[in-house]
Amino acid sequence: MAKVLIIGSGGAGLVSALSASEAGAEVIVASKTLATRSQTSMAQGGMNAVLGSDDAIENHIEDTLRSSAGLGDESQITFMCERAPEALRWCNSIGLPFSRDESGEIARRRLGGASAPRACYAQDYTGLKLLHTLYDQCLKAGVEFKNDRFLLNLSVDESTNRVLGASFLHVETGEVEEIRADAVILATGGYGALYGKHSTNSVQASGDGLAAAVRAGARLADMEFIQFHPTALKGSSILISESARGAGGYLLNAENERFTDELASRDVVARAIHDEINRGGSVYLDIRHLGEAFINHELPQERKLAQLYEGIDPVRERIPIKPAAHYSMGGIEVNDDCMSSVSGLFAVGECANHKTHGANRLGGNSLLELVVFGRHCGAKAAEYGTKNPASLSDNPQLAKDTNFVRGVMYFTNQIDFYQKQEMLANIFYNNVGLVRDDMGLKAVLGAIRQMQKELPFMGPRDKSKVCNSNLVEFIEFGNKVELAEIIVVSAISRVESRGAHYRLDAPIRNDRMFGAHTITWKEDGVLCADFIQ
Amino acid sequence: MEISILRGEESQAYNVELENITLLSVLNHIKTKIDPTLTFSHGCRSGVCGSCAVRVNGREQLMCEYKPCDGDVIEPIRNARVIRDLVVDTSSIERFISCANAWSEGSREGCVSEEEASRIETQTDCILCGSCYSACPVYAVNPDFIGPFALTRVWRYVNDVREERSDGKMAAVQTNGIWDCTLCGECVPVCPQQIAPVQDIRMLRNKSGMMGYSDPTMSYGGGLDFGGVTF
Repeated sequence: MAKVLIIGSGGAGLVSALSASEAGAEVIVASKTLATRSQTSMAQGGMNAVLGSDDAIENHIEDTLRSSAGLGDESQITFMCERAPEALRWCNSIGLPFSRDESGEIARRRLGGASAPRACYAQDYTGLKLLHTLYDQCLKAGVEFKNDRFLLNLSVDESTNRVLGASFLHVETGEVEEIRADAVILATGGYGALYGKHSTNSVQASGDGLAAAVRAGARLADMEFIQFHPTALKGSSILISESARGAGGYLLNAENERFTDELASRDVVARAIHDEINRGGSVYLDIRHLGEAFINHELPQERKLAQLYEGIDPVRERIPIKPAAHYSMGGIEVNDDCMSSVSGLFAVGECANHKTHGANRLGGNSLLELVVFGRHCGAKAAEYGTKNPASLSDNPQLAKDTNFVRGVMYFTNQIDFYQKQEMLANIFYNNVGLVRDDMGLKAVLGAIRQMQKELPFMGPRDKSKVCNSNLVEFIEFGNKVELAEIIVVSAISRVESRGAHYRLDAPIRNDRMFGAHTITWKEDGVLCADFIQ
Repeated sequence: MEISILRGEESQAYNVELENITLLSVLNHIKTKIDPTLTFSHGCRSGVCGSCAVRVNGREQLMCEYKPCDGDVIEPIRNARVIRDLVVDTSSIERFISCANAWSEGSREGCVSEEEASRIETQTDCILCGSCYSACPVYAVNPDFIGPFALTRVWRYVNDVREERSDGKMAAVQTNGIWDCTLCGECVPVCPQQIAPVQDIRMLRNKSGMMGYSDPTMSYGGGLDFGGVTF
């Protein structure tokens, strides 16, 4: 029986766990948190699928391709959209409690960039309810969960470029342990937390899996593409779902006038808001005209969060908003089988780049992606592991990481990493955000290189072996710095504007020079980048 | 504002000059600016990931939804092993969902009316924060009690019109389950998602009665035997 190790327990991890388990593999899910605490719980809007005769799969493909601005792969997008109705039925078959319309069918709403209402939802808790339904199914299937395991590195046989397992810090005990497997799936989510208080993401979205993958020799793709959600609460960057605009909410400027098509794709709306904030100071989301009954039923989270964090009631007042970093389009480059450039190492969901979102993701396509590709990836990993059992040969990774965790306690702590982390978030939001230019990007690159040098002068101040979250946060910060360099180098290299990547100094899309994926990897620790079709 | 936090056996006071922000923001401020050893769990900061339940002045709260006042006393949630400061062991969540078979055995396709869908809307809002578990007094006498969140989860599947089989779940909650609940209702006001587990447990009891199960606690010493089904 093949042993499949899945790292990360959000939607992508749990779907692939079920799929690998169905394919007969022994499955272990290792995660830094309890499964239901993953980022997927925050997804609100819905999952796209063409269900009725009033819409067509071709339209779903067309909308996704258009939004991807030339970086979506047509065959991957077709694969995803064609399997969407079946993915929806599968979610229904395991008990996901979809909202229903008057005729008793699964209710759908229109999200930005979609030519028809096709986001199937469960109130504004689609991700939460999907994640919990999946978790229950995994327990039913006997999937083994190893929670509280913080990923340190992947163990790779360098001579064969073959993954053998991964090493983890068991946070509760402080021990470093290795889990060996025949195939490893990374499902560790995105890197939005790099933007700190300017991100809608969970604090957990620190890109640990991507950083470990690049250290293990895997290639990353299109890392400069980070989606900014148009409507986050101004003070806290907490997400106000796109469904608020889908249901008819208005965007208003400081003069109380509408200034953009609220349902254009996210990159367009987010930049319009950015420009308007620079011009007039503030932008608001207005849903008052939708009425209290509608808001209570369809947008209850939004009402609660606006009251708590902005002190305003959306039933009676406009909601002050700003765009915030929301989704990582870039990720680990994978082939049609979801396998990375390291043999036996698979990636799925937000940490992967399935080339379905390209330069700009459509709302409702990320939950869909994790279900469709999760099912595919789990089966492929089980198949790979069965055909190619990993050797149990010695590997130095566990010893290296054990030494690292011991050694990091002796870092000098002259520099406070929390301060540096906040600075990194601020300069990223300002210079690697919605609007970028060469000079601003290079200034950030300089700051990152400085931080890399300073890491040994930072470190955890808490010396506890047991449950040391200060240590975990420091290693997460290290991962963020590692990815920050890759993101900025990619953004500097792409001297054009496309989707979420907008360059003030090169506002035109240039297909001849940049109609390709930004591929990045490390050779002997040195970052390399190239544009590859 | 001074708040005190129970850390192991001892309580530590922190003085912060912050107003009108959530307890989670206050603790993040303490961790990053004052005391990096303070340990707590958090994630989404918007009330959906269920990581940050604690007790404030003896009452369960999500740190990301509670605004603290001067003099507040913060403790970890109860009925779970404390790992460090406010972080507790969550393994009981997996254990009780598994004990209760709280999952779908298969959910049929086809139309579901809005009214039918709304029957399980609130129960499926559960974020597994553990607040109800912390507030439940039954754990003082029975550590194996399946407990409020897992029983709500069972009712959520049993009451789902799409669910094809619920007999296994109903059988699973007869022991250390619905009859062990005292119906005190302590789990209700502490739920951040307005779920009423005690109500769901009552529904499971009614359903059990209709299926021929009986309350085992009623048969002790009474000497009456109505010939009910024995399991």
